[in-house]
Amino acid sequence: MHDTAASRDSVSLALAGSGGAGVMTAGNLLLEAAALAGYCAIMTRTSGPQIRGGEAAAMLRIATFPTDGQDDRVDVLAAIDWQNVQRFAAELPLAAGSVILGDPEQGQVPEVFARSGAQQAQVPLRKLAKGIADGWPNMVALGVLAGLVGLPAEALERALRRSMKKKGLEAGLAAAKLGMAQAAGLPSYALRPAQPRAGQWLVTGNEAAGYGALHAGVRFVAAYPITPATELLEWLPPAIVKVGGAMVQAEDELASINMILGASYGGVPSLTATSGPGLALMTESIGLGVAAEIPIVVVDVMRTGPSTGIATKAEQADLNIALYGMHGDAPHVVLAPNSLADCANATAWAVQIAESLQVPAIVLSDQYFGQARGVVEAPVLPQTIFPRNRATGSDTYKRYAITESGVSPMAIPGTRGTTYTADGLEHNERGLPSSQAADHLAQVEKRARKLAQFDPGEDWATVEGEGDTAILTFGSCTGPAREALARARADGAQARLVSVRLLSPAQPERLKRALQGVKRVLVVEQNHGGQFLRYLRADCELQCETHSLRRPGPLPFRPAEILAALGRLRRRAA
Amino acid sequence: MNAPLQAAPLTAKEFKSDYKPVWCPGCGDYSVLAAVTKALANLALRPENVAVVSGIGCSSRIPAYTSCYGFHGVHGRSLPAATGLKVARPDLTVLVASGDGDGYSIGGNHFLHACRRNIDLTYIVMDNHVYGMTKGQPSPTTEPDWSSKLAPGGTGLREFHPLVIALASGANFIARAFSGDPNGTAALIEQAVRHPGFSFVEVLSPCVTFRPEQRAWKERARPAPVGPTDDPARAARRLMTDDGFNIGVLYQGKRAPYGVPVAAKHAAPESLAAGFALKEVGA
Repeated sequence: MHDTAASRDSVSLALAGSGGAGVMTAGNLLLEAAALAGYCAIMTRTSGPQIRGGEAAAMLRIATFPTDGQDDRVDVLAAIDWQNVQRFAAELPLAAGSVILGDPEQGQVPEVFARSGAQQAQVPLRKLAKGIADGWPNMVALGVLAGLVGLPAEALERALRRSMKKKGLEAGLAAAKLGMAQAAGLPSYALRPAQPRAGQWLVTGNEAAGYGALHAGVRFVAAYPITPATELLEWLPPAIVKVGGAMVQAEDELASINMILGASYGGVPSLTATSGPGLALMTESIGLGVAAEIPIVVVDVMRTGPSTGIATKAEQADLNIALYGMHGDAPHVVLAPNSLADCANATAWAVQIAESLQVPAIVLSDQYFGQARGVVEAPVLPQTIFPRNRATGSDTYKRYAITESGVSPMAIPGTRGTTYTADGLEHNERGLPSSQAADHLAQVEKRARKLAQFDPGEDWATVEGEGDTAILTFGSCTGPAREALARARADGAQARLVSVRLLSPAQPERLKRALQGVKRVLVVEQNHGGQFLRYLRADCELQCETHSLRRPGPLPFRPAEILAALGRLRRRAA
Repeated sequence: MNAPLQAAPLTAKEFKSDYKPVWCPGCGDYSVLAAVTKALANLALRPENVAVVSGIGCSSRIPAYTSCYGFHGVHGRSLPAATGLKVARPDLTVLVASGDGDGYSIGGNHFLHACRRNIDLTYIVMDNHVYGMTKGQPSPTTEPDWSSKLAPGGTGLREFHPLVIALASGANFIARAFSGDPNGTAALIEQAVRHPGFSFVEVLSPCVTFRPEQRAWKERARPAPVGPTDDPARAARRLMTDDGFNIGVLYQGKRAPYGVPVAAKHAAPESLAAGFALKEVGA
């Protein structure tokens, strides 16, 4: 994966401009063109705090190999104009090998970018666009970027035809063509050719999570709008109705969690999606799901916290609340997708576990996965919808019967002979309120047993590579960690990557086996306090030499950062 | 689901469970339980087709005292739980039981939105102007000068007016009942269940332990002098000016219940992936 000037395996582009300049439209078209040409690609976005308008940047990574992480630097920064674009400087790391493309009409490149040492080049985007009837500078920029990275003109044309309305299509095609021709005079960032592949999806993590949920049988959703989960909520309404379900917009998160508890009590697999502030409001009622043994799934698209934090940026700092937020002894499930595509699998799996164990499950996605749009291999989802252990009519029905597995038959309202009250009060086997110590102990043990005996199989984590050094991750840190390991391997160093998908119930034995022969681990996480590290130490009794690479959001980890930490580890060991 | 084809109607007693209530002797909630079970019997329902949903408080203990399916959730959230249940399972008859603390204080926001959402639920609030389960603190409907340990000398706050709030929030069926008249309460609950959409029955249900003076309510409660109106302006005037003891249906509008979008034909979930596939338009 070493790039040369002549042809490369990965290129990172950013297109910036003020509100209305069309950088997102152009970015999405470029992403589609790359996808149609057979490349893997991912697009993230950043924008100013304004509700509408304001500066924005579309950031794309296009590669010949599957990746959903960011590279170390931005190779090409193109700006339609420079208004306030300097605000994104921290998100757009440039280096001497990068190029900055500006429109001479829009003035100087801001100092913060210029001092990176990147080469500068000029393209008169606006002037060129003016030469075409209804031509727009963003379409010219699209053509320039497509040309720079060597996308086939035919793929770009297909992307435009696929997405643009008749009105504007001809102008768009002409402008893009003109832009492509400009690329000839600029430094090349051409990618190695790729072969179009079948079975690729162009999807956001939020959409993938919604799809995974419906695929696994979710037929009721209640939710309250919150960034960055909103796209999941907006994708769902037509989709869930198509498959025979229903969705309600709740008045707040206290309502949405209780709505799904009510619906699931009624026998319908149910889900809500939120972000940190919403999860905080929901925790009391998630505890009700634990006590009354009602399966529910909560997708937390994590953002920077605490409090309102940075609503539009990622952080992995909700691990503590997801694992330990409930009062009382409240065993429940916590999962984290370890790739954008895994948002579908992890959510589907969460539904299955919740349904089969009659327990709440929290899925820790994050803003990076949720709002990034990527080209991914279509995930293969399990075909079985997990049947809930249902009760049939009986005069001696015990909703919370003490069983070996801890799971008891769950009666669904409408069934004769099995009426009971689902209760957050401690109860006896029949479900009647009880303040007896023996009932409490029996029910606490039963609820813990369900999770202790759960066998997640090989899905608990993804284990890659060999060697006596390992990186431990969860969630969106996994992509850059994998890339760091690939680079280390290319230099002849062996290392392992364990990305944990099932965080609770913890799997200490499985982790121990996965780390057999490992002398030192590097725990990589995107939060300040080392929540994952503490969890591994406390719940998994991590035995080997442990190092931590952590920092808060919102900036994503980049492979070089992890590679450097690995290098420090190795030098220390030597 | 499992609707009986020709089952004999059950008696009120058959809607009661064998579980002994925690309520104090003389509590108004016993009569509400009797009224609920009588109404269900009169409606010729079966316990397995009825769900009683509640939050936390004395009144919220009611689900387990019935032979129906019950849901005794967290404090203040009975209405959302019932909303989810009813949307997911429109075939069930869903009753929601609450009190003045659970329903008007901690659950106040849900009350507003249940009224405006107009889902087919029957919301029965047992109002005794006091937190009984925690042994005597003022609730939103407590008189401003009622002295207690937590608010010596009284709260000094004017009372919350649940019926006016319900009307302003779009409730379509608003009734007041008195637990001292279980038959009358049963009749009002029956009417409320038959009413399509959200129906709200506020039941004056004395707490003889912490508010023994409420025993006098039986002298004050009386049938409303006029029948229900469907004019919200007139209803607002009546509700704002009555002394809080007019019993009966006080407002009944004609707003259609909430309609959840439903697809005529169900597609396979796999078909949704078409939106992600890298296909050409028309391909």
